[in-house]
Amino acid sequence: MQRNLVSIRMPALGGQGAVTAAHIIATAADYEGYYAVSNPFFGAEKRMAPSESYARIGIEPIFDRGEVVYPDVIMVFHPQVITMGKSYTMPFYSGIKKNGLILINSEENLLSTEDAQFLDSLNVKVLSKDFTKFALEIAGTELATNMAMLGALFGAMGVVSKESIEQGIKDRFLKKYVASGGTASLDSAIERKFKKKLELIEKNLATASAAYDLAREWAISQGLEPFLPPPPAQEKVA
Amino acid sequence: MSPIANKESKEQKNRAGQKIVSPDYLLFEAPREKHFMTGSEAVKEAVKRATVDASVSYPITPQSEAAHLIGELWAEGYVGVYFRGENEFGVMSEVAGCSIAGARTITTTSGPGTLRAMENFPMWSGTRAAMQLVLMARGINAPLTIQPDNLEVSFLLDTGCMIWYAENVQELFDMILAGFVVAEQPDVHVPVITAVDGFFVSHTREAIYLPPDDIALPPYDPYKAPMPAIDAEVPPGRFLRDPFVMKSNYISYATHASWQFEVRAAIERSRPYAKHYLKGLTEEFGDKDAEIVFVACGTAASQAKEAVRVLEAEEGIKAKVVKLKTIRPFPYEELLEATKNAKYIFVPEFNVVGWLEREVRRALYKKSDAEIIGTPRVAGGMTMPKEAIVKEVLEIIPARR
Repeated sequence: MQRNLVSIRMPALGGQGAVTAAHIIATAADYEGYYAVSNPFFGAEKRMAPSESYARIGIEPIFDRGEVVYPDVIMVFHPQVITMGKSYTMPFYSGIKKNGLILINSEENLLSTEDAQFLDSLNVKVLSKDFTKFALEIAGTELATNMAMLGALFGAMGVVSKESIEQGIKDRFLKKYVASGGTASLDSAIERKFKKKLELIEKNLATASAAYDLAREWAISQGLEPFLPPPPAQEKVA
Repeated sequence: MSPIANKESKEQKNRAGQKIVSPDYLLFEAPREKHFMTGSEAVKEAVKRATVDASVSYPITPQSEAAHLIGELWAEGYVGVYFRGENEFGVMSEVAGCSIAGARTITTTSGPGTLRAMENFPMWSGTRAAMQLVLMARGINAPLTIQPDNLEVSFLLDTGCMIWYAENVQELFDMILAGFVVAEQPDVHVPVITAVDGFFVSHTREAIYLPPDDIALPPYDPYKAPMPAIDAEVPPGRFLRDPFVMKSNYISYATHASWQFEVRAAIERSRPYAKHYLKGLTEEFGDKDAEIVFVACGTAASQAKEAVRVLEAEEGIKAKVVKLKTIRPFPYEELLEATKNAKYIFVPEFNVVGWLEREVRRALYKKSDAEIIGTPRVAGGMTMPKEAIVKEVLEIIPARR
């Protein structure tokens, strides 16, 4: 099935970094040469309360804004999205499109028989995996869960390279330093911070990369086609 | 002679050391590079290149980040004066003071902040203060919401301020720069309110093309203004610059009335400048001769564009979008021309009252045979999926035929 646009909905809990993930996903896709947009949706969010973020990736300019009501991909960042209904939409897969994809951050099967049957009827593929475990084992912190999730997304989609993911992560965590680096010499305090940042980026990258490999292998085993045609030639972000 | 026209020094620099260039060069000619950022960050990038003298801020979602980032520019030396006001009423009064003292001034607000500050907006236009407000529209109370909803814009339509509406991050950047240029024209010289939908633009991250940041707009020249700048240090100090009309006689009444007409006439005189710097007061998307036309501004125009694509690709129905970039001045001629083949004009909106539908009806009254349909309309933070727009069209049109 040929798509021009992939719309991604990320139900998560406050503090899990779904907004950051959306930011990196869109930046990485843009770097790959696709058109991309990300936006968060804020209510009175707080830690562990439902929080949702969205990204859109396509081969032509994207005008669509706001909540993704009809997603191609849903990334469930926390089991409570399903088990406790911590989701803006009920059920969490409401609006999912045919041939869609659902990534769930859980080793357990959280879907009821009815859920599984319904998703199967739409040929929606589901990958359930404890992505937080990747974060803990590789980055040493569950805060890197979002990196594992976005790595898995790109592994399953098969159209955005690890190099672009790296650019996306660097854009998010390094840009300020690079931007001011030309005008002001970095003093030692910033340098120390900078080293810390580089380390953080490396760990985040390694986490994303491991999840990417797992999801890529899974996608191939499921016979998933690449989610989008190759990107149009586009200017790179400065 | 203004310092910019001084031929002996070829390169004029502003306070921040940026090279001063013409508005046309900055907006249309300077090479641009691709960046990826939010609407709030785009506000910062625009203000950075606008040789801004003063800004006053007060936090309210969703404009807090933009206000904060203008503060960063002040810390970096790009903005002359920056402080936090007591509340939005204080902010909108303080920026008026900065502006009529001769400073290029910008501020930002949202929803309840706009309404709290309401008395000030007609005061701005009445004192011919050419400042800029970036309005990141959100719902207004009650019930409390922080989500996108542009009902507040309807309250501003008759304040005597120009109202422009940016669709996306790129347009917001360009409009802020153009806003100063148009508002400060000596024969215009009224405030400009540059509106965007909160979150849908302020918090959305997308590609944007920016000129280099070592060039900037020429500084505001208050000596070209139609009213003298207030100088509180040289007596006799004046604290207002509207004509003193608080007398009970006919001259006072006539002065007050003619002054208000003049403010509206000034908005009308902004048309040619706005046309030039915004590349037209409207923009069209889709099939030129379509009978189904969406008239919209901001995010509603974005969603309508997506609906046009779906109608064409999946239903074989031709449609187009007429996006209004300015609401004050209202683009009467452009709208009439763009809807001359229209049979159905849909006005999708992010508010419950349909203020844009009212504007469109008024503009086309007895001038168009098209049916004007004020739908779909969402509010309170709801998204307007393209699927919902398409559904409305497919339900309504066959029923009419």
